[in-house]
Amino acid sequence: MTYLLQGDTGDWEVVIGLEVHAQVISNSKLFSGAATEFGGDPNAQVSFVDAGFPGMLPVINGVCVEQAVRTGLGLKARINLTSVFARKNYFYADLPQGYQISQYELPIVGEGELIIDLADGTSRAIGIERLHLEQDAGKSMHDQHPTKSYIDLNRSGVALMEIVSKPDLRSPEEAGAYIAKLRSILRYLGTCDGNMQEGSLRCDANVSVRPKGSTELRTRCEIKNVNSIRFVQQAIEYEARRHIEVYESGGTIDQETRLFDSAKVETRSMRSKEHAHDYRYFPDPDLLPLVLDPAMVETIRASLPELPDERKERYIKDFGLNSYDAGILVAEKANAAFFEAVAKGRDAKQAANWIMGDFFAALNATGRTIDDPPVTAAALGELLDLIKDGTLSGRLAKDVFALMVETGKGPAVLVEEKGLKQVTDTGAIEAAIDAVMAANPDKVAEVKAGKDKLIGWFVGQVMKSTGGKANPAMLNELLAKKFKG
Amino acid sequence: MSLDKKAVRSIAELARIEVPEDELESLAGELSNILSFVEQLAEANTDGVQPMTSVAAMTLPWRADVVNDGGYPTKVLANAPEPVTLDEGGFFTVPKVVE
Amino acid sequence: MSALENLTIAEAGRRLAKGDFTAVELTEAHVARMARFRHLNAYITETPEAAIAAAKASDERRRQGQAGGLEGIPLGIKDLFCTEGVQTTAASRILEGFKPQYESTVTQRLKAAGAVSLGKLNLDEFAMGSSNTTSAFGPVENPWKRKSAPATKLVPGGSSGGSAAAVAARIAMGATGTDTGGSIRQPASFCGIVGIKPTYGRCSRWGIVAFASSLDQAGPMARTVEDCALMLNAMAGHDAKDSTSAPIAVPDFARALTGDIRGLKVGIPAEYRPAGLSDEVAKVWDQGIEWLKAAGAIPVEISLPTTKYALPTYYIIAPAECSSNLARYDGVRFGLRVPGQTLDDMYRKTRAAGFGREVRRRILIGTYVLSAGYYDAYYAKAQKVRRLIADDFANAFKTVDVILTPTAPTPAFAQGENTDDPVTMWLNDVFTIPTSMAGLPGLSLPAGLSSDGLPLGLQLIGRPFDEETLFRVAGVMETAADFKALPEGV
Repeated sequence: MTYLLQGDTGDWEVVIGLEVHAQVISNSKLFSGAATEFGGDPNAQVSFVDAGFPGMLPVINGVCVEQAVRTGLGLKARINLTSVFARKNYFYADLPQGYQISQYELPIVGEGELIIDLADGTSRAIGIERLHLEQDAGKSMHDQHPTKSYIDLNRSGVALMEIVSKPDLRSPEEAGAYIAKLRSILRYLGTCDGNMQEGSLRCDANVSVRPKGSTELRTRCEIKNVNSIRFVQQAIEYEARRHIEVYESGGTIDQETRLFDSAKVETRSMRSKEHAHDYRYFPDPDLLPLVLDPAMVETIRASLPELPDERKERYIKDFGLNSYDAGILVAEKANAAFFEAVAKGRDAKQAANWIMGDFFAALNATGRTIDDPPVTAAALGELLDLIKDGTLSGRLAKDVFALMVETGKGPAVLVEEKGLKQVTDTGAIEAAIDAVMAANPDKVAEVKAGKDKLIGWFVGQVMKSTGGKANPAMLNELLAKKFKG
Repeated sequence: MSLDKKAVRSIAELARIEVPEDELESLAGELSNILSFVEQLAEANTDGVQPMTSVAAMTLPWRADVVNDGGYPTKVLANAPEPVTLDEGGFFTVPKVVE
Repeated sequence: MSALENLTIAEAGRRLAKGDFTAVELTEAHVARMARFRHLNAYITETPEAAIAAAKASDERRRQGQAGGLEGIPLGIKDLFCTEGVQTTAASRILEGFKPQYESTVTQRLKAAGAVSLGKLNLDEFAMGSSNTTSAFGPVENPWKRKSAPATKLVPGGSSGGSAAAVAARIAMGATGTDTGGSIRQPASFCGIVGIKPTYGRCSRWGIVAFASSLDQAGPMARTVEDCALMLNAMAGHDAKDSTSAPIAVPDFARALTGDIRGLKVGIPAEYRPAGLSDEVAKVWDQGIEWLKAAGAIPVEISLPTTKYALPTYYIIAPAECSSNLARYDGVRFGLRVPGQTLDDMYRKTRAAGFGREVRRRILIGTYVLSAGYYDAYYAKAQKVRRLIADDFANAFKTVDVILTPTAPTPAFAQGENTDDPVTMWLNDVFTIPTSMAGLPGLSLPAGLSSDGLPLGLQLIGRPFDEETLFRVAGVMETAADFKALPEGV
């Protein structure tokens, strides 16, 4: 179903391409030996090379190259065995060399694809145009002083992978799904931690519109450095509507770069990038062409982990999960690992339901993460075992789970402590039934007269009198017998 | 190729070098002269020739991913015209940029 | 004239080892002489106290039996090499007062070999020039004078003009230079000394203020071929901090001076004898061919057809690379800052005030040839022609082992001559530029004097990483030339 925006003159389609900048996981920077850790003291992770001092020269970090190859393979993309670094020349305070070392005509990774999963259960392949390596810039702070901007170069020179999609996306939802899937893949591969708040994953959105059914590509605008999926979606919607308004009032859209103001939920033109940039790309004469050994590429290919799409297929096939549930569980590698640990040797669907329900809710409520959960996979697995062997009813198990979250204790311990073991002794259950029936002869009569609905009331009463421990199946069976007889 | 004042102004802006108005004309002349000189290259037949970006007949060497540089903010800031120095490092400063 | 400054590096080394004098005495002699020749303006920054302290340390090392290859030898360092704690200006206002917090690899290697630095030598601003008249710190004077007009100040050549003048005037036993299009060889020729631009990648570029990255190369300048070999031994070597540094072992270049060149084929390129070539220069070239024949070498006529395009190719590629390399001089982190209302204003004013006219000219040309719409016609085209130039040499070296040409089309000219038109000035490098474009090693040695008493140099061009053949042939030619002339007053 095509996403359409309604204008005065008719319906409009939105054409979106995303450029994602992903910081590479590595100890040191792309072309220098300075550290890449987030949050260091200002300018404490800066070498003379990063600061662009006279005579300084770049030397490439082999791990960054491997990470780019790994990512390219994860995106089913063509790996270019020869690629070239080019200088992108422009002036800005956070760009010490006066140029960024990037890749232009010959990037390390060529065309690939990424499958996006949408809420209606459908999936679509989105084309990847290319991936290239480049240096990150430093950070400018414009709010520390009335007349000065402060520059911290810690980030200057950190390796980035710029991943460019083809303009195949057609809605804010698709854009969000693309970023989510890309992020998931990068985290699975271990090539980027995808932390948008810290800025290790940043997104530029290229947006244009066209009348419904048209195949033309109109002028697009670039919205830079949006750092959350929600903001990307909001920015796209605002920008698309802006274009429509301009076209419908007879105007034209100028190609420009814009910023997204998340407080006002609008985009605006970037003043500092007024001049059409002439980056004067040329091959960096300090760096020779990057040549990859095909054997190295194959080694990386062979060592790729199972990626989200494959894992999802496996969950559907081997565990019988539905597409939606499988999709949720595989999105984060750590969640998937948790699920597999719980599901091992158990009812996978049950495990999935517990994880997606009570467990995720508990993570949210406690503010904990999957790396440090309030209930371990082993403990949850134990709980499911106790349901299976009849010790606990499903209902009671939920209560026990809540206690596990609160106290950090294991299920067996809690069952002992609270005496929550399910009652399965038919004699005891019968006795409880008899007691309730004896105390409520009028209701008994009503049931016998045909009011079957009241049986539920008896179930509730017996459950209450047994502290919820009566085995529900047995209780129902025995009640039915009593009323028949 | 002949450059006019407008072209020189534009190139000077790309290079962020202020050229006084009264020098633009003569500079345009100088640069045009140079371009005429180098344009004789167009005569050279380069069909099928690969561009040469480096005379070094080697491929790019890689370094190991170890942290062996940085960690000296005082030195990095030592030559700065207007640094802001703090105990734990410090910042370069520039005239405030409004985005 | 004290004897010590007249020694060669090789001789001084031997006599220091024997204990005839100390490194301190040798350095002090040079420091005293530097005062006498200050009018040449060869040094931008003299560091006499540091030099004497270094000489003392050298004598101590020698006492401990730890003498290096250049132990105690006082050298001058072209002010393009970053020297820790010592002002490094690149002869530009934009770096006036800049004291690097790091040491270039090449000067670090010279220190490790025990050499003493007398100070930082003058040059054309950012190494852009062939006369050392574009320095922000004043022009350098060539110690040589025309017989016909001894009062006329002559240029030492460039960009390593200060280095060449200092060695010629004996206020340094040797000096480091850099060569991008001829900046070691041409001043060596103008000042009657020896200079070699090694193969691209032989010496590390780390810590050398970059001009044109695919062409820049550090090299030694000294009074004899052997001295240059000794210096290159210390300067050369693979550096992991420079991605273009060749992972190739450094032979003992001094051992190449066997004196035997029998059977060696020497290429004589037709294109280096254009119609207008000065008679004197042609004569000294022919003389050079005779010396080589007499020593058993075989001259072979060769053709390097792309030669005539070398100059325009260079003047697209070098400015393009420099326009990008000099973008870092922006007033933010080091060097000159002229205040501005906005960031861009600060950039514009700083760079306008900091760069001289030649530098500005080259940055603007470079910016233009890389700009949108012009890249293919200029830069991409130049990169292709460059390959043709390199191929020419590669073909030639299938039939010859070394190539002999004049170094410069004229002897040293006067300050103020040739300055109207940048292109005319650039023609000074017509014989040296092709070697740089191909990344080959090139050596210049003094071969004779012009009729007006000025040095004329000859250039030897070798295969990649075959500096040894250059030294071998140059050694033979040096003996044959027996160039004993000295500038007046030196």
